[in-house]
Amino acid sequence: MASRARPLTLPVGAALAAALLGAMTLGTVGAVALHAGTAPIGPADWSALRFTLLQAALSALLSTALAIPVARALARRRFPGRGLLITLMGAPFLLPVIVAILGLLAIFGRGGTLNQLLTSAGLPPISPYGLHGVLLAHVFLNLPLATRMLLQGWQAIPAERFRLARALALTPAAQFRHLELPMLRATLPGAFLTIFTLCLASFATALTLGGGPAATTVELAIYQALRFDFAPDRAATLALIQFALTTAALLAGWALIRDTSFGAGLGRLPELPAPKGWRKALDATAITLAAAFLILPLAALVARGLPGLTTLPQGLIEATARSLAIALASTALATTAALALALATARRAPGHRLYDTAATFPLAASSLVIGTGLFLALRPYASPSDLAIPVTIATNGTLALPYSYRLLAPPARALHADYSRLTASLALTPMARLRLVTLPQLARPLGFGAGITAALSLGDLGVITLFAGQTNATLPLYIHSLMGSYRMEQAAAASLLLLALSFTLFALFDGIGRRHAPA
Amino acid sequence: MLQLDHLVLAAPGFRLAADLTVPQGARTALIGPSGAGKSTLLNAIAGFTAPQSGRILWQVQDITAKDPGQRPVTILFQDQNLFPHLTLERNLALGLAPDGSLSPDIRARVEQALHRTGLDGLAQRKPAQLSGGQQGRAALARALLRARPLLLLDEPFAALGPALKQDMLALVAEVAAETGATVLMVTHDPQDAKAFADLTILVADGQAHPPQGTAALFAHPPQALADYLGQGGS
Amino acid sequence: MKTSILALGLATAATAAVAQDKPVLTVLTYDSFTAEWGPGPAVEKAFEESCACDLQFVAAGDGAALLSRIQMEGAASDADILLGLDTNLTAAATATGLFAPHGQTWQNTLPVPFADPNFVPFDWGWFAFVHDKAKLPEPPTSFEDLAASDVKILIQDPRSSTPGLGLLMWVKAAYGDRAPDIWAGLADNIVTVTPGWSEAYGLFLEGEADMVLSYTTSPAYHLIAEEDASKAAAPFTEGHYLQVEVAGKLAATDQPELADAFLAFIGTDAFQSVIPTTNWMYPAVTPAAGLPAGFETLIQPETSLLLTPDEAASARDAALAEWQAALAR
Repeated sequence: MASRARPLTLPVGAALAAALLGAMTLGTVGAVALHAGTAPIGPADWSALRFTLLQAALSALLSTALAIPVARALARRRFPGRGLLITLMGAPFLLPVIVAILGLLAIFGRGGTLNQLLTSAGLPPISPYGLHGVLLAHVFLNLPLATRMLLQGWQAIPAERFRLARALALTPAAQFRHLELPMLRATLPGAFLTIFTLCLASFATALTLGGGPAATTVELAIYQALRFDFAPDRAATLALIQFALTTAALLAGWALIRDTSFGAGLGRLPELPAPKGWRKALDATAITLAAAFLILPLAALVARGLPGLTTLPQGLIEATARSLAIALASTALATTAALALALATARRAPGHRLYDTAATFPLAASSLVIGTGLFLALRPYASPSDLAIPVTIATNGTLALPYSYRLLAPPARALHADYSRLTASLALTPMARLRLVTLPQLARPLGFGAGITAALSLGDLGVITLFAGQTNATLPLYIHSLMGSYRMEQAAAASLLLLALSFTLFALFDGIGRRHAPA
Repeated sequence: MLQLDHLVLAAPGFRLAADLTVPQGARTALIGPSGAGKSTLLNAIAGFTAPQSGRILWQVQDITAKDPGQRPVTILFQDQNLFPHLTLERNLALGLAPDGSLSPDIRARVEQALHRTGLDGLAQRKPAQLSGGQQGRAALARALLRARPLLLLDEPFAALGPALKQDMLALVAEVAAETGATVLMVTHDPQDAKAFADLTILVADGQAHPPQGTAALFAHPPQALADYLGQGGS
Repeated sequence: MKTSILALGLATAATAAVAQDKPVLTVLTYDSFTAEWGPGPAVEKAFEESCACDLQFVAAGDGAALLSRIQMEGAASDADILLGLDTNLTAAATATGLFAPHGQTWQNTLPVPFADPNFVPFDWGWFAFVHDKAKLPEPPTSFEDLAASDVKILIQDPRSSTPGLGLLMWVKAAYGDRAPDIWAGLADNIVTVTPGWSEAYGLFLEGEADMVLSYTTSPAYHLIAEEDASKAAAPFTEGHYLQVEVAGKLAATDQPELADAFLAFIGTDAFQSVIPTTNWMYPAVTPAAGLPAGFETLIQPETSLLLTPDEAASARDAALAEWQAALAR
């Protein structure tokens, strides 16, 4: 019985958030197109499009496929350092791209640890440049995200279902088919979609590790159009193509994403059976490999950064404070908006597809197009330097929102399915509902999402380059300028600081969420 | 008095018509085969399912368009009657104050309701720390606090053993007597109906029949009820 | 949102407070020029001593970003001076019609004759491949030599960085129609193509390649700032392409006299002597006291190559297509 007693009211918060997101994504493309019109695209653009799709699809496929054994192992095993490892999972994803690449190359590069080992063992060295290098970097950046998303899926299977499985003495295969497979069917498309769309907008990673102009993505073409050719018409056309791709991916996602229909449990901790024997060895291998793959490059970054820590220039403190303020403000903005959208989508409020679309579009948005659009739209009203901070907050919030939203959507759907009737029959006031039901029940994904937003916003170079004036450099911009002036050691140290801060913010919010989560 | 006035509930492959009256203060059972629409009928009265046509009236007031929470109704579902992450005290207090406030007065009344339902000392427990019977009692304690004139039971005790279920039905009877509530209870067990309800509504063949005296109905079951009870035609 | 409103308020208040008494000269330039270790602070101090004005730098990304910023702002720009374009972009800048003739008469000391009615040079450098002397004691001596060797190089993308575009022009200026062959020969030497200079130089320092496209002055940074003499630029027999960085006056400036004064100031020792050890380029006018110690160790190419802005602009699209075709395989 899905029919409703009465028509649902329009969710004002979600509608407002969706409108703002629409303005920040399509609206900014519109502003560019309005300024410049659109332009036909050439054969080079088509080949960029092909490469973009290929690398995004492969990156998403690899990241999600590899995340399955890792997430499963993490879900059913308990070992010292497990919590820390799960928290560390956030780190690669939060790094500024060039910093992450340098960390990765310290291990997998031509002069990296792996090649040193290969050479000393008399084996030929490997080169990380080419499509495989792009995939390596994208998996490094996104495997942890996919793992965390799937892990949440595993943790969301009610304990009662595993008890039932045990009571029925289901074989591991049967348990996988009846409990874990439905969960994966519900979670994987969302994870794939997120990573696919994210990789659509890859630019520096793809180019730097791609080994040459064959690895040109649409985002690079946009950058070129805006920066070098000053052909905003071409940039607008390319940006519209990116949005079309995202919409297509979304449509496919809607067709694929299903609810688990597990129903609610009593909120007991999941009790995944932890089989012994070869399955235990398999889990141990998955965890060890994933941990090494993530931790070694991070360790290399720490080692690179330490020597320069004592020589950091003064302006860094100010840039850091500015970045922290921006990060906190955009986190508040993005988390609130993501929650409003997820709740509206969960209860299939009027226009829920629209909200889902609005919450996914930023993944495909080029921050350069957003910045240019905002610049053109706001320029008549205020000086760019004055706008730098507010625009950066809004843009970082917009770009990070999809992650929060994707994390919130499935539990919000489950919450609605399980408790909306009880909530309605008790006629809870909106505030009581938020305070006593929604926030505690969604604390875990809210905290995780806020952590991601804060860290991403801290590390994102974003649009501030377009607006920044004399006095408003952020930490990533500061690092960029250190690197642009030969000061690689100081840049490495500042990157380490950025990494530590991002990670602290992430762990802080994630921890708050986990502490307030039920059971 | 609850009136279902030419009520029609419909969904793809499903249709149920009801045109009947339940007197105030009656304890009424809804019995009939699975899928006949017993739960759907309760959901419609509680406001979770919109009727295709017809009206629902309580004391001659039309409540068909009201929000679930604005209806004179307390409903106990098969499960999910308590928020798993909140303490019993919180769960019960929500029955008194939908804004979630927890004043000393409310605490005292919650305490009293817990005492009344044999849950002394469990105020700070969460549902997962309770037995099935205790969870049922807690839901009834909240019904007691809300004291709505209509109490709808959608088989909330189906999972309990016979003895425990007897206790629960006795407790429902007490709660109903204390609040003067009219009770509608879905059941598939004739014994429950006979033990608890003075009236019974047979739901079968797309029709919710007007309530009849339970004893008389089971003494001379119509064909549909006889089929359900497995008595063949007699 | 509170933070942003507060920040907006503070920024506005700060701008207003400064703007009260002195006239403000706004110079739009790239990030690293305004950095605390860049030329910006010293230039600002020296100019403000004589101008009775407030010199404000506004940073806008890199050199290419400057042009797009000024194109977006058009005549409504607050900027009076644009500082940091290179000669590969000045044709496009001139075409916007946003710049006014500079009217300066001071003479520069560039290794090639350079004069542009709208832009004055403020520094310059030769592009070169930089290597580690210990790891690569005998570097290639020309593009053909490099192509024939198995020396690995890092270059920048001409579609997103000014050195990348400079390299494209270097090969074009040196080889003309043979440029596609040179690129085809270089294809297997190129480890990767990075979006900007800093990525390539960073990867080079991490040991990802034997050589990186940079400037003949790059070893001076390591020598002077880090006391590290291990780096050198490899002289190429074809000659080396020049990057000339220029400044120009916006036609719509509301401070035309101050802007002229600043363009004149660029030609003085006070400005030029700051350049070598902050921007790590050659000053456009060699200061009276000469170059800092350490610069004498740098290679001095005998042949300097430079396409005129118009040549560079008209050659660019075809050269880019050749480059892409040769490397995309």
